[in-house]
This record gives sequence, structure tokens and C-alpha cells, in this order.
Amino acid sequence: MIRIPIIIIAFYLSIVSAFSQATSDSTTYIPRKLKIDEVNFVGSYYQQDGNNAAVTGGIGSEKLHDIPTTIDIRMSSRDRKSRLHSYTIELGMDSYTSASSDNIDPSTISSASSSDQRYYPTFNWQMANEKTGNAIGATLSGSFEYDYYSVGIGVNGSKNSKDNNRQIGLRLQTFQDQLTLIYPIELRSGRPTGMASRNTYATSITLSQVINRRFQMMIMIDPTYQQGFLSLPFNRVYFNDNTETIESLPGSRFKIPIGIRGTYFLGDRLIVRALYRYYWDDWDLKAHTIDLETAVKITPFISVTPFYRYYTQSAVKYFAPYASQDKSAAFYTSDYDLSKFESHFAGLGLRIVAPDGIFGLSRWNMVEIRYGHYERQTGLVSDIISIHCRFKQ
Amino acid sequence: MKFRTLKMFSALFFIVMASGCKSVKEYQKVYINDAEMELSIRKVQQTENSFQIYREGASGGNGGKSGGGCGCN
Repeated sequence: MIRIPIIIIAFYLSIVSAFSQATSDSTTYIPRKLKIDEVNFVGSYYQQDGNNAAVTGGIGSEKLHDIPTTIDIRMSSRDRKSRLHSYTIELGMDSYTSASSDNIDPSTISSASSSDQRYYPTFNWQMANEKTGNAIGATLSGSFEYDYYSVGIGVNGSKNSKDNNRQIGLRLQTFQDQLTLIYPIELRSGRPTGMASRNTYATSITLSQVINRRFQMMIMIDPTYQQGFLSLPFNRVYFNDNTETIESLPGSRFKIPIGIRGTYFLGDRLIVRALYRYYWDDWDLKAHTIDLETAVKITPFISVTPFYRYYTQSAVKYFAPYASQDKSAAFYTSDYDLSKFESHFAGLGLRIVAPDGIFGLSRWNMVEIRYGHYERQTGLVSDIISIHCRFKQ
Repeated sequence: MKFRTLKMFSALFFIVMASGCKSVKEYQKVYINDAEMELSIRKVQQTENSFQIYREGASGGNGGKSGGGCGCN
């Protein structure tokens, strides 16, 4: 059963109540004082179903329900040199149930992750010098669940052109992950136990450019290198002689995604957002993504956004379906997330901005709701609905 | 679809548009500064982006997260 994320709700209510208190500040204005700029709450409900679970070797239920919720507080202050310091504290929590994880040990109800919570706090600091157009920042993040821990550290910098029409940015990040070696119940004998590490080193280079009064574009290149235990210990693989083992994948992976994103304001009511991404990695996976959204402004404060995303990928060279892997191969997986497929994702978003507040709450000035339906060629289908509420000082 | 053609088209499109850039003054950025013109992933999309990373082999290159966390299920 999915537990209600009480910590998130309590945190959220405390923020709302803090905003609802009428306070009068008669003290002298201090420009450098740290102040809350905005608070964001994002909640989603996600469900999926399919019949290619990796835990059971490429067959079996992929049914999963997930309730992710995040809340962040953004604060800012100015230092003696008038540089703007921004701080974001974010707390996220996923509460999920997974049918496939319950099959690690089908005879018990204590399987890892059959029902679990994931917590992911993040702290971000940015310092912007508006005179020079330079900005630097740092991020510290974590992700904690029953059998998996991840700690992320990142630094970033950006430089604006003098006319603020062009920006180049660089971000360096590393994620140091630890996973518990939990094997399928029938394959535990003789295997090492304890923890294994998985490390990710990600670089992101971005160049954005204002083309004219209505059009801007950005190009993004995110080379990423991973090393360590990149397979999952509880994913089964069945060979073509019907014997069974656990998934085995190489100890490193190098990825190069390149994306081009553009936004265009057409007339006075229509905004077109488009993305094309090409992806390549050294496991022989190549992918193309096209994403198109059109935000229609019904009024200056209400907009409706239909969207469509097309995605296609080739299989990694180690993939084969259930009971068709060759026993002589060094690496093998039956995880359909790494198979060849096309997918379609379409839906609708609604955004309401209320300068005077929503439901009488003057601080609650924006709400956005979005629903999407996803279909993958392998038979996996999913639905997601999300809400974003923004509270501003 | 011929993706090589599409890639070439995208590159050409970017070069042509970049070469046609005009210097836009701050007071002329009414449309550019609209909240829905942002180039990064929107907050309401962050869960979508996460499940796409988990259910598909590709990640990164879209202004969103590119690592951290398991996505084991």
C-alpha cells in the first residue's frame, strides 16, 4: 500500500500557514536581508503496466504506481558588492509499489522495493553578478531508498553577453551511488553480498541565443561517463538452454546526448516549444527524440498546452528477449528499457496565473496541471498527472 | 524517417537562425521574457522527465536531470 507522504504534507502546510500570517514590517529596509522569493510544490501520480519485467527475465508484470512529491523554497539576498545570491532547498519523496520487485522473492512479502519510499533532498546556491553577466553556483543532492543511495555534487558557471542575448553555461556533476546486492532468491547461493558502487560523471555545456524579439534557441551537449556496477543484481536473464542467471553489463558506459530546444511566440496567443535530441552511447544505443508543445493563451492569465513527444531507440548490443540469450556471451540483459522500440507521449496542460491569488490565497499565484499518456512499442503503457503550485512573496 | 536528413536540417536551421540574430534590447523582450518561453524543463514536467529516463535508454541533452537515483523498478 502506498503511504501518504506525511512529511511533505506537513512541510507544505507549514509553508502555507507561514505565508497566510499577516505581518507588518516597520523596521528599516535592509537590502542585503535574506528573503523568501517563492515556494514551489509539485505533486504527481504515475502508473504503468506492461509484460516485460526485467526482474523476471523479460516476461511478467511491469505494474507500478508512484506518487512523487517535491517542495522547494527559493531565497535570495545581496552581498556588499550587490551580487545576487540565490538559495534553493528542495525536499522530494517518491512513494511507490512495484509488482516486478515483488518477484525478487515471490514466496515472501518482504522483497526489496515491492513497496518503498525514496527521499531526495537538494541544496543549490547561485551567485549572479548582474554588472558583469557572470554567475557561478553549486549543488549538493542526495537520493535515498531501501537498497540504493546516491550523493551528488555539482558546480556550474555561466556568462551572459553584454546585451543579455546570449549565454554560455557549463555544469560539472558527479553522482556517487551505492547499491545493495540483492539477488533473486534462487540465485543467492555463492554470490558476494554487501554493497556495490556506481559512479556518474556528467558535464553539461549549453549555449542559448535570443534570435529576435519572438524567438530563442538553446543547444545542449551533456557528455556523461558511468563506471561501476551498472547492471541490477535482481534482474534475471534466461539463456536459450533455459538455464538462468543474473543480468551482466559492462563496468563503464559513455553517453553523448545533444539537444536543440527552441521557443517561438507566434502572434499574441501562441507559444511553440520544440526539442530535438540525438543520443549515442558506447553500448550501441542510439536514440532520437522530438518534442513539440503549443501553449495557447486563452487569456493573458490562462493557457492550454497540448503536447506530443516521439522517441525511438536502437537496442543495446547485450539485449535479447526471454530465453534467447547466448550462454557464451560476456554480457547479457533482458531489460526492455534497453531494447529497440518507439514510443509516443501525448497530453494536455492547463496553466492559470492569478495575480490576486488562487482560492483567496494572495501568495498562491500560479497553478499548472498536466496529464500525459505514454505508449511504448513493447506494450508498456503509462499515465501521469502532475500539479505545480507556486507561492510568491 | 531519415534521421540523418533530420539532423542535417536541424544543424542547418540553427546556423541559419543564429546568423540572422538581431540584437534585442531589454525593453523589446516582452515576448522573450514570457514565463512560458523558458528554455529549460518546466517544473510540472520533472516527473515526466524522470520516468522517461527510467523507461528509456537515453538521458540528458534536454535541460533536465542526467544521473543519480536508481530507477530500478
